Amino acid sequence: MSTAPTDRKYLETHEWHQLSGDTVVIGITQFAADELTDITFVQLPKVGDQVQANKAFGEIESVKATADLNSGVSGTVTAVNDELSSNPGLVNQDPYKGAWMIKVKVTNPAEMDRLLTADQYLQKVGH
Amino acid sequence: MLKRTPFHDFHVSAGARMVEFAGWEMPILYRSIVEEHHQTRRSGSIFDVSHMGRLCFRGLDALRFLDHVVTRGLADQQVGQSRYSLVCNEAGGILDDVIVSRAAEHWTMVCNASNREKLVTWFSAVRAATGFDLEITDNTESTGMLAIQGPKVIDYLAPVMPFDLRELKRYHFLTESYMLVPFTVFRSGYTGEDGVEVVVPARVASMAINLLGGRLAGPDAVIQPAGLGARDTLRLEAGMPLYGHELSEQIDPISAGLGWAVDLNKEFIGVQPLREIARCGSRRRLVGLELEGKRIARQGLAVLSRGVPVGQVTSGTFAPTLQKSIAMAYVEAEHTADGTALQVDLKGTLNPARIVKLPFYRKGR
Repeated sequence: MSTAPTDRKYLETHEWHQLSGDTVVIGITQFAADELTDITFVQLPKVGDQVQANKAFGEIESVKATADLNSGVSGTVTAVNDELSSNPGLVNQDPYKGAWMIKVKVTNPAEMDRLLTADQYLQKVGH
Repeated sequence: MLKRTPFHDFHVSAGARMVEFAGWEMPILYRSIVEEHHQTRRSGSIFDVSHMGRLCFRGLDALRFLDHVVTRGLADQQVGQSRYSLVCNEAGGILDDVIVSRAAEHWTMVCNASNREKLVTWFSAVRAATGFDLEITDNTESTGMLAIQGPKVIDYLAPVMPFDLRELKRYHFLTESYMLVPFTVFRSGYTGEDGVEVVVPARVASMAINLLGGRLAGPDAVIQPAGLGARDTLRLEAGMPLYGHELSEQIDPISAGLGWAVDLNKEFIGVQPLREIARCGSRRRLVGLELEGKRIARQGLAVLSRGVPVGQVTSGTFAPTLQKSIAMAYVEAEHTADGTALQVDLKGTLNPARIVKLPFYRKGR
């Protein structure tokens, strides 16, 4: 049984987005981390890079599979979680907190309205 | 409807995550693929491998028939001995890789789950065409099979076996009975570690898995359950081929580096084209690759030499024991010398790789 905190919004491709002020923090869900199994590598953009809504901003790899990391919002990357390069397994252990991936200063916070709520997301993944 | 193995209840109670594999509902992991991998190399793991096909050959012409359909010579194989072999089609392409074992009154074959129906159909056709006198039975669903693998397995299991397990040689087996229940223990496996594979009647599955180390005795237990995920990373580190990845009907055993399991001095289905390949040398060869960095080369990705495609990846992972990105690939023969610098195309990024000797991992090193 997967969980999804209700204080953030989701993409069907399993990324969570938490808005505070004009910044959105992005990571992946417990369900996605469990499905990927042991994560071995996370490729993230650099501070200053642009991300676009519904486009990939990075890649994640596990012993089993490789997947794109998608953003639900557009903007500029203001911070990157460097710990994930040395400890990618943190995504399996703490996907909603310690394993946040990037912070994006958004150009249009209303893009968040188009994303799924926690309930809608959990329904999509069959929980 | 997916088939369930006789150990299904065990998997559920042990908290396994179940996935579909070749028509079976199988555990991919219980806790973590990487943890289960380390547990196997360090101590021991128990794997449900009941999805593997178990066929029995009995009758006057059983030996002649098997000698005709597998690549390895069987005439000198002793009772109690097992041999790895290939089954090829007329063109020398691999239909499956199998273990053939000789019992006193019959022969058995363990084949891949994904190829079981294909092989049964193939063998029936060959029997009809040749007129060999034998009976072929499929015991897969009336039995269960467990692989118990790891450096501490033999000492752990020796006291529960009604014979001296330490005396059982590699690639040998024994059929015994325990409280009137027949079971067969093979000293073999698919992880690069020492260990056994045990076949039991399906009706005693839960007793068997408890006796053989599947008891949920906590994280310090010598033997712990492991799933198909760890089985795959273990076999890949050990450089063992997997059907559907390194092996297929489009690949011959010699290109796959399995020439040692092909006896070109006997007659069998596919021998003519294989003699030709052995004489001329194979165009492509299976090699081990070590990639720079942490990215993983997945099946189907192109292998290049100075930007020119020279091969294709068949399997890859981040090796938990070696802590390196490793892969197997078919590469054009002229680029297969040890140490050759190549590249793997990871979605447009050329990742440096070099050819290394197989296996990547050897126990005790």
